[in-house]
Amino acid sequence: LPAGAGRALRVGVVGAGPSGLFAAEELLDQLGDGVQVDVIDRLPTPYGLVRYGVAPDHPTIKSVVSTLRGILESDRVRFVGGIKLGEDLAVSDLRRCYDAVIYATGAPRARSLGIPGEHLRGSVSASDLVNWYNGHPDAGASFELDAESVAVLGAGNVALDVGRILTRDYRDLAQTDMPVSVLDNLRRSNVKEVHLIARRGPEFAKYSSKELRELGKVESVDKIICPEDLAAPSPRDLDRAARANLAVFEGWRNESPRAGARKIHLRFSLRPVEIIGNGRVEQLILERTTVDESGQACGTAEFVAIKVQMVVRAVGYLGVGPSGVPFDEESGRVPNLLGRVVDLDGVTAPGQYVTGWLKRGPSGVIGTNKVDARETVGALIDDCRDLPRPARQSLESVLQHAGRRWTTYGGWQNIDRAELARGRAEGRARSKIADWCELNDIAMNVRADMSPIDGS
Amino acid sequence: VTYVITEACVDIKDKSCMAQCPVDCIYEGRRALYINPDECIECGACDPACPVEAVFFDAELPDDKLASIDSNAAFFTEVLPGRSEPLGTPRGAKKVGPLEADTDYVAALAPGTSPSS
Repeated sequence: LPAGAGRALRVGVVGAGPSGLFAAEELLDQLGDGVQVDVIDRLPTPYGLVRYGVAPDHPTIKSVVSTLRGILESDRVRFVGGIKLGEDLAVSDLRRCYDAVIYATGAPRARSLGIPGEHLRGSVSASDLVNWYNGHPDAGASFELDAESVAVLGAGNVALDVGRILTRDYRDLAQTDMPVSVLDNLRRSNVKEVHLIARRGPEFAKYSSKELRELGKVESVDKIICPEDLAAPSPRDLDRAARANLAVFEGWRNESPRAGARKIHLRFSLRPVEIIGNGRVEQLILERTTVDESGQACGTAEFVAIKVQMVVRAVGYLGVGPSGVPFDEESGRVPNLLGRVVDLDGVTAPGQYVTGWLKRGPSGVIGTNKVDARETVGALIDDCRDLPRPARQSLESVLQHAGRRWTTYGGWQNIDRAELARGRAEGRARSKIADWCELNDIAMNVRADMSPIDGS
Repeated sequence: VTYVITEACVDIKDKSCMAQCPVDCIYEGRRALYINPDECIECGACDPACPVEAVFFDAELPDDKLASIDSNAAFFTEVLPGRSEPLGTPRGAKKVGPLEADTDYVAALAPGTSPSS
């Protein structure tokens, strides 16, 4: 018999967002009592981008939490919070504690534009802004929204979220779970207009028509679209998603601006060339584009300047390589074959797997991770059937030996209860806690934390 | 508001959508799949997953497919043939499994009415 055969397979999943949790669920579905899963996260709070990425005014999508909670509350799953791979724990430690490891740490880095002026004050990444309004403890300093005019670069749903949150009446947002400090800044915001700037024409926009329709329902905001952008005859072979988007844009063609209303300008066929300003953002220089036969945007040497005081880049995300794990800087992904981690020469790293954005790049929606997890976990199970089970140590002993403290699911429940209580006091469902120390204090203030990770 | 599966699914049942639904709210009938409107969280994963473009956001349904809204809902609110009570909100198609029943609307569709068959 292989070493360790007869006991449950021990799997460590790094990252407690949807990709990690759907991997845990797939392991439970496939192996039942034959598996024990630890889901490790650097934060004391689970759910990843469902908590920190999905816009606060999208409570219906956030309700996927009730499914994810069910996975975490399985008696075959433990949550280990406050542990960062590469700082508190090395890949070699994971290999000693688990028969197999699944990396699911996503793509938290914002792509940069690579244009002059990108580092001026007022030029920020969408992830910084999204982290801030979602109460991520890493967001640090608050955003003073003193800009009157904001450019958001990108034509996807993240750009749309940012544009909507910055223009929406803060009283609409006061019912969400945003931290009080964020609501205060939104209440004081000077923002009057947001330009959503897309490199290519409206038929190429990656917005989802459902999100566009939702923006259409935000009555306090004017949606302005330049008729010339809709003038070009659309190619006949557009897919259904593009046709649905164009139908929404058409509906906004004749909206006339109202005095005093905040505005979202949907602008197309423009690419950023330079951000200009003395110490801080004052102007954004754009070049008009056309689309070549391969669908790429090409410059036309016709330039447009717009006066903005803030530039938000929402042009995509990149993964961060967990130290000690093969990583392709170019694509921002962990190289893999069907979820099996391979090094840059294509040699398999035994017992190591990857899923979610870190595996396939930042695309797809929450549910895409279920299919992805199925592939990765399928590979893992195929491998583990024949391999020895090398895990010899418990995570607790490794962490205790290293003098590291961690938080538990009970700790998260403390945070959850504290946020719900705060929300009740403020007349809303939840009020998020965004401060690292406060989160840790609340999560650690539980007797069960003194015992092994799940008390088993 | 919810996503809806239209008659293009009838007698096809590719099920790619079921694999993607994060809340497992797409249920399998005899001839078609049905989205539970009370369980759908509107994430939109099912729509691009469908190889026959059977899934629509209800606000974007073409006029000739509006009957699908009631049909999807009826699968959960009406007593299906061979059952004693409505399915309701079981919160998970996995545990319910495939059912040998359809709504009256789907059952009455002639075989081969789906545009892609």
